[in-house]
Amino acid sequence: MEKLQPQEHVKEIQKLAMSKIKRRELLKLLPIGAASISLPLFNESLIKQGLSFSDWVSETLYNPNQLAEVFTDSQVTEFKKFPYNTYDKDDPEVDLENWRLSVEGLVEKAGDYKLEQIQALPKYTQNVRHICIEGWDVIGNFAGAKLADFLKMIGADSKARFVEVICADYYYSSYDMASCLHPQTLLCYEMYGKPLDRGHGAPLRIHMPTKLGYKSCKYLISLRVSNILSKDKGFWEDQGYSWFAGI
Amino acid sequence: MKNLFFGQKVKIVDKEKTILYIYEHPLFVRLTHWLNALSLAILIMSGLEIFSAFPSFAEKIPQVDLINIPSVLRLGGWLGGAIQWHFTFMWVFIITGIFYLFLCFFTGYWKTIFFLPKDIKGLLPMIKHYFFFKPKPPQIETYNALQKFAYTIVIILGVFSVITGILLYKPIQFSFIVYLLGGFKLVRLWHFLTMCGFLFFITGHIIMVILHGWGNFLSIIIGWKKNIDNTNISKNS
Ligand code: HEM
Ligand code: HEM
Repeated sequence: MEKLQPQEHVKEIQKLAMSKIKRRELLKLLPIGAASISLPLFNESLIKQGLSFSDWVSETLYNPNQLAEVFTDSQVTEFKKFPYNTYDKDDPEVDLENWRLSVEGLVEKAGDYKLEQIQALPKYTQNVRHICIEGWDVIGNFAGAKLADFLKMIGADSKARFVEVICADYYYSSYDMASCLHPQTLLCYEMYGKPLDRGHGAPLRIHMPTKLGYKSCKYLISLRVSNILSKDKGFWEDQGYSWFAGI
Repeated sequence: MKNLFFGQKVKIVDKEKTILYIYEHPLFVRLTHWLNALSLAILIMSGLEIFSAFPSFAEKIPQVDLINIPSVLRLGGWLGGAIQWHFTFMWVFIITGIFYLFLCFFTGYWKTIFFLPKDIKGLLPMIKHYFFFKPKPPQIETYNALQKFAYTIVIILGVFSVITGILLYKPIQFSFIVYLLGGFKLVRLWHFLTMCGFLFFITGHIIMVILHGWGNFLSIIIGWKKNIDNTNISKNS
């Protein structure tokens, strides 16, 4: 093979190449190696912050006018194929006769509300998709009052930031005000044309097609409007699910 | 010597033999390659844990599970933990990807990696070489036609995984696109299949890396590849 002499101008690079190719240089990779090994050590806080960052982006980019797709009656999932999905038992044995929704916080008319008072508000019916964080989805038929109308009725401070709810099965959650005012967010008392059955949250549940299923709380007993979120943000949220959960 | 970013060649006369060093992988490629490998591994493993919460693409009732993913392949411990991993490293993956593609176009590196119509004729000889042990066609560029083909496909896969991922993350905000891609259940399936595509690529990629040996592996870390093969000394020195 013919011998080739390096030209002047490549000498610098030649030196570079020689030095770079030394295995000793691999030592420079140690910090990267160390970083990836120590990743599990600080992953807990890292990935929790990753989730809150995603939540922050989601909330910032949230479009309150974006409507969920609505479906025809023939596209609705059969009633018996709509799962009862609870964290505990399907029936917390709510006393339907004496049930009241207790309302407190930044509202003009705090107190206990009867189901009839909520049913007196304009009724809306919608066929929308219900998406679970696990990955399954069903199309359900939901009817009820707009949560926005109810908040107006109780004289909620429209500038308040949060709505928090508690359920008869000790489930609880909280929402950003913008999502509560969404036109498809219902205080739902009927599914598939019949009063809510016990598995689906009798007598009153929330249904928010713009959020994951765990935000559609069932068996409501209490609702609070506030500016400061309680330490307990939600049953699943406190264990690590997204708080915003907007889809 | 025109391009400072890559493609530089240096010949060194070392006692008896001539050794050619080629600067094949500019720093941005090496950096994004390993960041990408890390985030992809995390996204795949946490994705498999997410999938295991409902391992089906059909109805919830009756639920027909497709496969049981072994727990060593999963990351996150439970659905919530896996989602935290997934939603953290999706940002790393997206930002790495944008940075890489931006620099590819900015530096002209895309000419090295993208499979263009002119590469079609080189594809068959390479396939014959790899799979039927035919002689190796002369190597003129950093990547042969088959490599370009694979790398271009995997970049497109990356873009598609981000699009389908964002659709699964915000199916209501982007409901029209979800509708165009066949609805929520199918978008889940597309997202899953892009992962299968990645697994297929990674398997082949790692086999190739092992076959090509230490010097080639070193090149994606330090950038320079030692090349004693004299077939390409003749060109642009
Ligand atoms: C995890 C997913 C991976 C993906 C998507 C991936 C993708 C790629 C791509 C697109 C290139 C071309 C880079 C460019 O020039 O812009 C490349 C090159 C390379 N990768 Fe990977 N890679 C992965 C993992 C790995 C792993 C685990 C290894 C080592 C075992 C590896 C070793 C290499 C080497 C040695 C090259 C240079 C190939 C050559 O110069 O012929 N890659 N990879
Ligand atoms: C970078 C943007 C990405 C985003 C925003 C994203 C988002 C998501 C979301 C929201 C889910 C849950 C889907 C469900 O409801 O079941 C999911 C699942 C999954 N992701 Fe990603 N992902 C991204 C990238 C990736 C990548 C690059 C991979 C791997 C190649 C991946 C692999 C998976 C897998 C295997 C699942 C489980 C499949 C399923 O249950 O549908 N993801 N991803």
